[in-house]
Amino acid sequence: MATDPSLLQPAAFELADDIAIVKARESLDAHTVAIMAWHFHPSTGCPFWLDYAQSLPFNPLTDVKCYDDLKKFPPFEDEWLRGGPLRRWVPRGFADKPVYVFETGGTTGVPKSRVNMRDFRTDYEQFSSTLPDEHFPPGANWLMLGPSGPRRLRLSIEHLAQYRGGISFCIDLDPRWVIKLIQKGWMEHLEAYKQHCIDQAITILEAGHDIRCMFTTPKLLEALALSLEKKGTTIRQAGITGIFSGGTEFTPQWTRFAVEELLDGAYMTPTYGNTLMGLAASRPVTPADGYTIAYYAPQPRAVIEVVDFDDTTAVVAYGLTGRVKLTTLTQETFVPGFLERDEGERERPCHKYPWDGISGVRPFRQLAGATTVGVY
Amino acid sequence: MHLPALRFGKPYESLERTQLVHFLTGERVAEVSQVGGAIVGRDASKMARARESLLEISPDEIIERLQTAGNLYVHGTLSVGNGKQSPDSFVEQQSATTGLPESLCRANMQKNLFVLSHMDRMLDCLTRGLPPEVLWKGYGREHRGVVVSYQAQSPVLGLVLPSNSPGVHTLWLPVIALGVGLLIKPGGQEPWTPYRMAAAMVEAGIPPEAIGLYPGATDVGAAILAGCGRSMIFGSAKTVEQYRGNPGVQVHGPGFSKILIGDDCVNDWETYLDVMVESIAANSGRGCINASAIYASRHTGEIAAAIAERLGPIDVKPPQDPDAQLAAFTVPGVAKAIWQQIEGGLTASGVMHATAAYGPRLVEGERCGWLRPVVVHCQSPDPEIAKAEYMFPCVSVVRCPQEQMIQRIGPTLVATAITSDPAFQSQLINCTAIDRLNLGPIPTTKLDWLQPHEGNIVDFLYRSRALQVPAETPATSTTPTTQAGVA
Repeated sequence: MATDPSLLQPAAFELADDIAIVKARESLDAHTVAIMAWHFHPSTGCPFWLDYAQSLPFNPLTDVKCYDDLKKFPPFEDEWLRGGPLRRWVPRGFADKPVYVFETGGTTGVPKSRVNMRDFRTDYEQFSSTLPDEHFPPGANWLMLGPSGPRRLRLSIEHLAQYRGGISFCIDLDPRWVIKLIQKGWMEHLEAYKQHCIDQAITILEAGHDIRCMFTTPKLLEALALSLEKKGTTIRQAGITGIFSGGTEFTPQWTRFAVEELLDGAYMTPTYGNTLMGLAASRPVTPADGYTIAYYAPQPRAVIEVVDFDDTTAVVAYGLTGRVKLTTLTQETFVPGFLERDEGERERPCHKYPWDGISGVRPFRQLAGATTVGVY
Repeated sequence: MHLPALRFGKPYESLERTQLVHFLTGERVAEVSQVGGAIVGRDASKMARARESLLEISPDEIIERLQTAGNLYVHGTLSVGNGKQSPDSFVEQQSATTGLPESLCRANMQKNLFVLSHMDRMLDCLTRGLPPEVLWKGYGREHRGVVVSYQAQSPVLGLVLPSNSPGVHTLWLPVIALGVGLLIKPGGQEPWTPYRMAAAMVEAGIPPEAIGLYPGATDVGAAILAGCGRSMIFGSAKTVEQYRGNPGVQVHGPGFSKILIGDDCVNDWETYLDVMVESIAANSGRGCINASAIYASRHTGEIAAAIAERLGPIDVKPPQDPDAQLAAFTVPGVAKAIWQQIEGGLTASGVMHATAAYGPRLVEGERCGWLRPVVVHCQSPDPEIAKAEYMFPCVSVVRCPQEQMIQRIGPTLVATAITSDPAFQSQLINCTAIDRLNLGPIPTTKLDWLQPHEGNIVDFLYRSRALQVPAETPATSTTPTTQAGVA
């Protein structure tokens, strides 16, 4: 394994201690075994995995004794998530529960879909505990300015607001139309559509709804801040004290610019998430850490590994670059070793999240040319 | 060397930087701060100040300072980024990251100097003798005694410069002299000229708050186009199509410049061989003003063979060699991809590769590639290759009856028409597909800067409109102004 460049200099954040790391790993191993017991038991598992288990040369119920044993599964093929019948993914243990379906971006043909019963609520309740009350006051109202449609984001933010005692206002943006506008080169339409969203957001913010917290995307956040500045005000002056935001364009430079010039003191926390994983929180972003954005998956419900581009069963050394490999381990969904369309650098466990993280997340270089990213 | 963004006078070092490397060795030449489009959007509030800062200085003084800037640009050692840059190091750096031979970099410097040192005459011609104070004040009196008003359409001109074309900068040099600021996205491979020019201008006394330099990705270009009332963008035919008809955007794409030889002159084609060769190969054939096609009704095979004899042997030389004429394609794989496209075009019916006998055209280096000149003979204007333009000396000599030329040439940035036939000349003058027209054997690459290029920059930046004042005020003429037709 190559020399670990990040170990050559002291970390600018609080590292996790060894005991915490070991405990987190034990918890992950135990959780993995429990999830196998659920998904591969005929009374609780979903038709897809029960069928698939017949073709496996091992028994997931007895041969998976820890997280690393999940490597026994062949690579997960994302094509399995495209198209129907969707019920093949619903665990029998949840057969009587209402089912939601959430879709990924839809930038590459038939979107990948994931069934949900309560996972999105659980994920956002857990995420809620990472939000500082000082900036996200309990009881405050929220503005959700971003894509809704077939994504889980709108319902999730709404649940987050309700869970924290507030009400969520929603302005929709359709990213699939935005992608078309970009592909067609209709930049004036793109600008007009963005402004259409921003105008609605400003109207809501000025309507006396006591909105203090917001979810939005980086592109919309900057557009909102610039529009407010033109009106002689700021995001903070509009009442916002806490923002959480997400997207691969969350670079250290963008974050620094936002903190220094757009937010006027409002607190912002970057997140990395998608329909499959849920929501990865970031460790505190500081100038001393070069505004590094490092995400940590919500273990043990989901695990991010940064793996070698050629040998996707091997994680890279800390500080080195690899592809994002995602494992989802909830009772509703089991996805082992899904290779994401992103890459980044492997980060050391930190005090708050004593397991591996990832920084510098960006589109996977071998796919980047064919994908329209950063659209909303 | 590190080149920070310049936010209208304030250097800004980004956490994101691109490395510029030598096209031959891969050695690092400089790193360039990369900013996002939102910074441009935020700095839009500084645009008005950019123009105001220029208007605080008299137009004559600005022109003098630009002339000083021209000398500093060519001869001075200037503070560029976080270092000092001599003219020689500028040439070395520019050549290293663009692949252009150093001799051609120096030639471009002289071209820029020429424009800056003749700015007074240029503006006089482009404004048709308008007193420069009119642009400063917004209105004034013409030499005929008539009140005229010119309204600036944007306090700054946005510029999205091409990634790697050191020859285009003369187009924006007059902007400061017109009292309009500059908001520039420098080319990825060629940030050198905008940075050095900005440094020279500031050292010569042009207010730093009049110039913004924002290196970055495509979102910077989009933010410039969205935020500036007037912008210039350089790009492909697709870019041209995208912005066609947008009055706020002047778009510069492929030129498809041509030489058209009339039936009255074509028997003497050998007389014009020098003009043809220069038009094709000057500045490594990279410009939109380089000829990509030559049209004649006969002798086309002989013309192609004669040009091939002159250009075919030109070979790749080290960038420092004073005789180097070919620029490298610095992006790996590009030269090969272009050559494969040309090879495909050569298989069409009626197409003959006239430089085939002069050795392989594609020269592949470790990190880059070159294309040696290509001359093609086409029996008609039909083959695709007759309509192509590439960024190296590449020309199609096209057989086409004179009476069909006007219909067949398509968009033509510069047409050099070698003919004395008044009827043909008249058709050419009226042909709207042609932008610049040279009547006579003038190389397509020879530009008279006293005439507009791809639209008059003054007309682009200013709107001529009516402004009336009461008769007794000083701005009005003592001669009674006509009141007819004003209702």
